[in-house]
Amino acid sequence: MIFDLFKETIWSLTGNKVRSALTMLGIIIGIASVIAMVAIGQGAQNSIAQNIQSLGSNLIIVMPGSQQGGGISQGRGSAQTLTREDATALGTLPDVQAVAPEISRRYQVTAGGNNTNTQVDGSLPSYMQVRNVQIDLGSFFTDQQVQSGAKVAVLGPTARDDLFGADANPVGASVHINNVAFTVIGVTVSKGGSGFNNPDDYIYVPITADQYYLAGANANYVSDISVAATSSDTIATAQQEVTDLLLQRHKITDPTAADFSILNQSDIISAASSVTGTFTTLLASIAGISLLVGGIGIMNMMLTTVTERTREIGLRKAVGIRKIYINLQFLAEAVVLTFLGGAIGILLGWITSIVASRLLNMTTVVSPSAVFLAFGVSAAIGIIFGFYPARRAAALSPIEALRYE
Amino acid sequence: MIECNDLVKIYRNGDVETKALKGVSFKIEEGEFVAIIGPSGSGKSTLMHILGALDTPTSGKYVLDSHEVSRLNDDQLSDIRRNKIGFVFQAFNLLPRTTVLRNVMLPLLYSDTSAKEREQRARESLHYAGMDEDKINNLSNQLSGGQMQRVAIARALINNPAIILADEPTGNLDTKTSQIVMQTFRELNDKGHTIVLITHETDIAKFSDRIISIRDGVIESDVRNGRKNTVVQKTKQ
Repeated sequence: MIFDLFKETIWSLTGNKVRSALTMLGIIIGIASVIAMVAIGQGAQNSIAQNIQSLGSNLIIVMPGSQQGGGISQGRGSAQTLTREDATALGTLPDVQAVAPEISRRYQVTAGGNNTNTQVDGSLPSYMQVRNVQIDLGSFFTDQQVQSGAKVAVLGPTARDDLFGADANPVGASVHINNVAFTVIGVTVSKGGSGFNNPDDYIYVPITADQYYLAGANANYVSDISVAATSSDTIATAQQEVTDLLLQRHKITDPTAADFSILNQSDIISAASSVTGTFTTLLASIAGISLLVGGIGIMNMMLTTVTERTREIGLRKAVGIRKIYINLQFLAEAVVLTFLGGAIGILLGWITSIVASRLLNMTTVVSPSAVFLAFGVSAAIGIIFGFYPARRAAALSPIEALRYE
Repeated sequence: MIECNDLVKIYRNGDVETKALKGVSFKIEEGEFVAIIGPSGSGKSTLMHILGALDTPTSGKYVLDSHEVSRLNDDQLSDIRRNKIGFVFQAFNLLPRTTVLRNVMLPLLYSDTSAKEREQRARESLHYAGMDEDKINNLSNQLSGGQMQRVAIARALINNPAIILADEPTGNLDTKTSQIVMQTFRELNDKGHTIVLITHETDIAKFSDRIISIRDGVIESDVRNGRKNTVVQKTKQ
């Protein structure tokens, strides 16, 4: 009997290939479009989150406040209020894992015949950890090199490309920063990014060397202090501790008059997430509409099919086939169509998202929830509208069904 | 074999009641070839639906082969139709785009009969109904009207039914083909099959041995004309 059911289903579906194909087409397009769109949306969200993560994990950035001169503000970060001692003090806080003060300025840099203007960062080895810097060639400078004020430099990949040519190994060569010779000891891994404030267009030197040879008169002050909280849960408390300690060290009682400002990574993430969230919502609603349209397509196809087949149902009943078998057959047909269409749709959606990631050069993430949702909705529509009208037709008296126009 | 006792069928359409059968009683014995004749609207189609277990009477009793059909539920009616009755319809009612063989085997679907036996029986039935062996794998829509009706007859025969019910079997056929199809019924009856034929054409009714004439939901006449095809005078006025 199961075998009969199976054979009838296959015969029925292959007997009218155009009808079966059109029904499946609705399911395929509905599912594939939802999967592909959600994959693109989520991929975009993930890649933005990753870019932000590459700044450093659990990062809090302390910047000096603005300098007031004769009532004219020179802008946030222009004041010289943060010192290396502040940074050292922050390192003792309970929720702070690592601290990296930074003296950051642009200099003209030359190596052989090449020259470029790039950002030079005087910092500590802890900068690697705090700002998530990874070494591609050679090594980063050590605490000892900081203590001795060694004239060593670690290049970002863009700075390396500009000075030594793409993919060259400059370790051991020397560069002149503001006419002071530094020895290249390493190259960092690319963080990705381009244009203004490119995280790869950097040169890192020990903060002491920066103070002795480059910063000159401003040697006591740092451009900013990067602080890593112990975990993502402690960012808020760490930020509070940093604020309290700095207020205390700078002898300021009114927090609104603070001579520094603090930015934390979760603020950046939440701002970026809200943007990508909107983007994903947009894509999801487009996908939802395609699912709806696909669903209506499936529904129409199933309804017209059953209407067209009411006479066949009447005949099957007239020759004495029990209602239950007719119901089962139509249910089986609807299930086979939706599952086959669903499988093809999932495959097509998956291929589309791969093709999109290749062509548009963006990450796509095929999310299981989108697959289940798309498949579930189309399967439900297909089965309900394939089975329910058939069930109604099978409940008719065979004469009525046979006369059905 | 068939026993009808005071069959009444009332159709309700909103507030309007239509009395299609107003108390019909008759008996049909095994091996008979009966024609039920009457103009359209006479109630003969309603009677045929009840005899075919496609519908149940509003009141009255219908016994087929010692089963009281008038009291059965939907599934039991299906079983009666499958096991006791072979239908031949005016519109042939074959499965579209389906082979002759599968059409004939349709009533055996979901039964315990093996695939091999089903095909064997289908071939026998087709042969019996006068269908060519080489057309067995043709699709139903590639056949002529006469061929389609023979496939339908073969389908009606496959379960070796107690009665064969033919509802205007020649209605969609030309005169020549009609004669051939009726000859087939004649031969089946000669081999012992009980046949009930519903028609409005007296020419067709002539092939039977007994003519029950219906008008306005009651039996007007019930005439046996022996083995020979004598014209029954009373049916036409």
